[in-house]
Amino acid sequence: MLELKNIFFSIRSEDGSSKDIIRDLSLTVKDNTFTVITGPNGSGKTTLAKLIAGIEKPTKGQILLDGKDITEAGITERAKAGIGFAFQAPVRFKGITVYDLLRIASGKRITPAAACDYLSEVGLCARDYINREANASLSGGEMKRIEIATVLARQSRFSVFDEPEAGIDLWSFQNLIRVFRSMREKISDSSMIIISHQERILEIADEIAVIANGKIEKHGKREEIFPTLIGTEAAQDACARLK
Amino acid sequence: MALNEIQRKIIEEVADLHKVPIGAYNFRIDGKTESRNTTANIDIRSKADGSGIDIYILPGTKNESVHIPVVLSKSGLKETVYNDFFVGEGSDVTIVAGCGIDNCGNQDSQHDGIHRFFVEKDAKVRYVEKHYGSGDGMGKRILNPVTEVYLKEGSHMEMEMAQIKGVDSTERSTIAELKKGASLIVRERLMTHGSQTAISSYKVKLMEDGANADVVSRSVARDDSCQKFDACIAGYAPCKGHTECDSIIMDNGTILAVPSLEARHVDAALVHEAAIGKIAGEQLIKLMTLGLTEKEAEEEIINGFLS
Repeated sequence: MLELKNIFFSIRSEDGSSKDIIRDLSLTVKDNTFTVITGPNGSGKTTLAKLIAGIEKPTKGQILLDGKDITEAGITERAKAGIGFAFQAPVRFKGITVYDLLRIASGKRITPAAACDYLSEVGLCARDYINREANASLSGGEMKRIEIATVLARQSRFSVFDEPEAGIDLWSFQNLIRVFRSMREKISDSSMIIISHQERILEIADEIAVIANGKIEKHGKREEIFPTLIGTEAAQDACARLK
Repeated sequence: MALNEIQRKIIEEVADLHKVPIGAYNFRIDGKTESRNTTANIDIRSKADGSGIDIYILPGTKNESVHIPVVLSKSGLKETVYNDFFVGEGSDVTIVAGCGIDNCGNQDSQHDGIHRFFVEKDAKVRYVEKHYGSGDGMGKRILNPVTEVYLKEGSHMEMEMAQIKGVDSTERSTIAELKKGASLIVRERLMTHGSQTAISSYKVKLMEDGANADVVSRSVARDDSCQKFDACIAGYAPCKGHTECDSIIMDNGTILAVPSLEARHVDAALVHEAAIGKIAGEQLIKLMTLGLTEKEAEEEIINGFLS
């Protein structure tokens, strides 16, 4: 179980004044659930994801993993404790191959065949990608899927995906939904937290939490929350911008 | 061939050799030829004045290799060696030339290797050169290689040059002249640490129609080390040239990148790129979210970059 208790996070703006991004936010993510955190742009979703992964530290409040206080734990320590994180904008590396990333993620010397399994799960033909460098020659959609494969390879108990749909084309988006559906089915003894405002992703959630102005506005089962979101900025369909 | 532990370790580092190689070879240990083998197609002869060796590769020789590792394991040894390679028409060979210095003493050890390649029509050469230094003496380990490459019509040469560890001071100079349709690919990898200095300069002349060159250097400067990369590609005919210097700077390192182009023909298509930067914070963070410590993440990024 992952618990965020009365979390505050503020940044100092250029004029020296401090601005709250997260205000007294509390959230409990239960084991074996697929939770989608949604909310309008600028509501603090990405900050929340970074706070969970340890990339940012809260100004105030407490984060507990299975009852253990990890508020002060660094990124590496949290990763080792079982928190996985998929970046909204995947990082590229010169010279580091897709295989290297999967090997690092799995934390052991994995066989190329095992690495290939992770790539197949995200719908990439392993043979074409395994030895490719994770550099600028890969498209945004390809990098996004490789990013997800690295998180799968970690086999973390709590995986956080920050806007997995951001920056990818519609065709890749369809595939991504398929990937998440299949991950959802295979979820066992692990939990996934997806930051997203895509209707299609909200549809497959067990629970939905809505964040607004740095606080959790609603949190509950999909059946209760989803109907209240349709037509709002928190639940867009993939082509919202075309309308 | 009787090698001690240090010599054997250096041979492994510079030539990836764990045993005596198949094919032609010449092992130069502490200033003398220790062992040599020639084949039906590849002959190695000592120069009459004793200043080095001449390697003759017969026309049409395919899939053969030549290893010419050099080891300096005595402190205070200084040598200049001239090696000439005559690569026959239509041949396809791999040449592995590495130099390693182990200096446990207080005097400087230095090896200046002057390699000249005369590559005949339609021949293909893959050239691998690794430099390595070890030993904890106060004496410096110095390597100043000079490489000259003359590529005749339709020939091709690929050069991989790496110096990752332990060489205190190096000044590398490479010049090349390419005739019609010849091509040259250079991949240089360099890492300096401590107070090392490394200078690498290239002058590649694309003399005739269809010649092309691609010179790429990747380097990492750590601690207080200092590097200079100076690459010039000159086009005298319709040709293509590209040079790139990509560096990671760390600690108090200094990197000077001076890529330059010289166009002497209206159809010479020449491009240069240079980028120097520190390791991106987000790269470290990504690898840390995969369970690595910051130090481990840094090593993975550097290893990948230099691989």
